[in-house]
Amino acid sequence: MIPAAFEYVAPTTVEEALAALAEHGDEAKIIAGGQSLLPVLRMRLNAPEWVIDLGRIESLRGVRDGGDHLVIGAMTTHHDVGQDPLVHEHALLVSKAITHLADAQVRHRGTFGGSLAHADPGGDLGAPALALGSTFVVQGPGGTREVAAGDFFVDLFETAISDDEILVEVRVPKHDGWVASYEKFVRIAHQWPIVAVAATLRMEGDTIAEARIGLTNMGSTPLRASAAEQALVGQPATEEGVAAAAALVVEGTNPPTDLNGTAEYRRHVATVFTRRAVLAAAGRG
Amino acid sequence: MARINLTVDGQQVADDVEPRTLLVQYLREQLGKTGTVIGCDTSNCGACTVHLNGRSVKSCNVLAVQVDGAEVTTIEGLAAEDGTLHPVQESFRECHGLQCGFCTPGMIMQTVDLLAENPSPSEEAIRLGLEGNLCRCTGYHNIVRAVQHAAGTTTETSSEAGASA
Ligand SMILES: Cc1cc2nc3c(=O)[nH]c(=O)nc-3n(C[C@H](O)[C@H](O)[C@H](O)COP(=O)(O)OP(=O)(O)OC[C@H]3O[C@@H](n4cnc5c(N)ncnc54)[C@H](O)[C@@H]3O)c2cc1C
Ligand code: FES
Ligand code: FES
Repeated sequence: MIPAAFEYVAPTTVEEALAALAEHGDEAKIIAGGQSLLPVLRMRLNAPEWVIDLGRIESLRGVRDGGDHLVIGAMTTHHDVGQDPLVHEHALLVSKAITHLADAQVRHRGTFGGSLAHADPGGDLGAPALALGSTFVVQGPGGTREVAAGDFFVDLFETAISDDEILVEVRVPKHDGWVASYEKFVRIAHQWPIVAVAATLRMEGDTIAEARIGLTNMGSTPLRASAAEQALVGQPATEEGVAAAAALVVEGTNPPTDLNGTAEYRRHVATVFTRRAVLAAAGRG
Repeated sequence: MARINLTVDGQQVADDVEPRTLLVQYLREQLGKTGTVIGCDTSNCGACTVHLNGRSVKSCNVLAVQVDGAEVTTIEGLAAEDGTLHPVQESFRECHGLQCGFCTPGMIMQTVDLLAENPSPSEEAIRLGLEGNLCRCTGYHNIVRAVQHAAGTTTETSSEAGASA
């Protein structure tokens, strides 16, 4: 199937893109990598009159060192983020999640910002971005503003980005020396997770000194498992050491029930996958 | 209508397209390059895989207007001018890496991309690298063998060296 007809513009600066958004308002839709938007347009679930392509805005691409954090441009492809040595060194959890995201072809087109802006509760980048305490930088007619990860994801497919704004970059605090693992439960290859657990740890010898845990598809937005994080501190990275903490991971979750499983089943999987993710991160997987 | 200029299989082309035209439609219907096929409506099957500026993409999930100025290679641009098959095409034939052949253009294009990034992939890396390409016939076994053959790693103990994951 092909999309309904639309007009197309491909600005080369963020300012031009914002002007086009302001001009066409509700009638317009931004396209980044198109890997989520084009399937939606082809199924005619949406039919914007204007499509504004961010693909020609070079300033939105690339990863750079921002001092105590990394700056990931919204239009950096999954492939480029996944291969980036800075990301590997300072935000290993993001690299780990990307190896499990979609397939090679989709990773060559899909973007870091597009995926987060899309806010699919099954998206693989929300939980790592949240767990690492990222800041989202959005630009609108009045300039830029920063949104904390905890405020960015509002609901299913809904973020704090307003209709007249564009996500320009994501700042990911450096977690140097932290180990990480992203454990994703899928029924078929290259698909969105039924449940996934993002875990990153700072180890002191065999003991967990600090932990960050993010959950994918355990509610309408990515979730942070704070109780489990706290319970992991001071524990050895062993089956017994992490079991009690893993059981806490379901606190505050509200997973969906669908053809892939019930909410109860997802809670069970989340517990098992938290244990696996923590042990794998610590190299005990 | 929007004007696009690009290179497809080494040839300069310029055309007017509707913005909603998918790259795969443009290739098949406007350029007559029917070697690239459409196998699904959901961007899952990978049959339509082509290279865009040297990297594999699903051409059903890219707009023709998005590739203005780019270089596209399809399955029809792989063999040499004199018809000599590309080594990956040759390997699929040699190893019987196809049955009905519908997934083959996409499998081959994805394999070329995979081997460019990782010239001697392990069996696991091959299966992961091809996870965006579905085959209804072969059970993938001979496809994996064809990739190993093309990489020169046909032996059972293929090396992990160079694995990118
Ligand atoms: C076969 C297949 C398998 C996939 N598997 C997975 C998977 O396993 N895990 C996973 O996480 N994802 C998966 N995806 C989705 C993929 O990650 C997409 O790349 C991602 O969801 C959207 O990124 P995009 O750049 O393609 O955005 P687009 O599709 O271009 O845009 C998505 C939405 O975000 C908006 N948007 C985009 N960029 C911005 C911006 N900078 N500012 C404001 N709004 C913006 C658009 O208007 C649109 O509404 C899969 C996709 C396919 C086709
Ligand atoms: S036709 Fe493009 S992925 Fe199936
Ligand atoms: S050979 Fe028939 S689909 Fe792969």
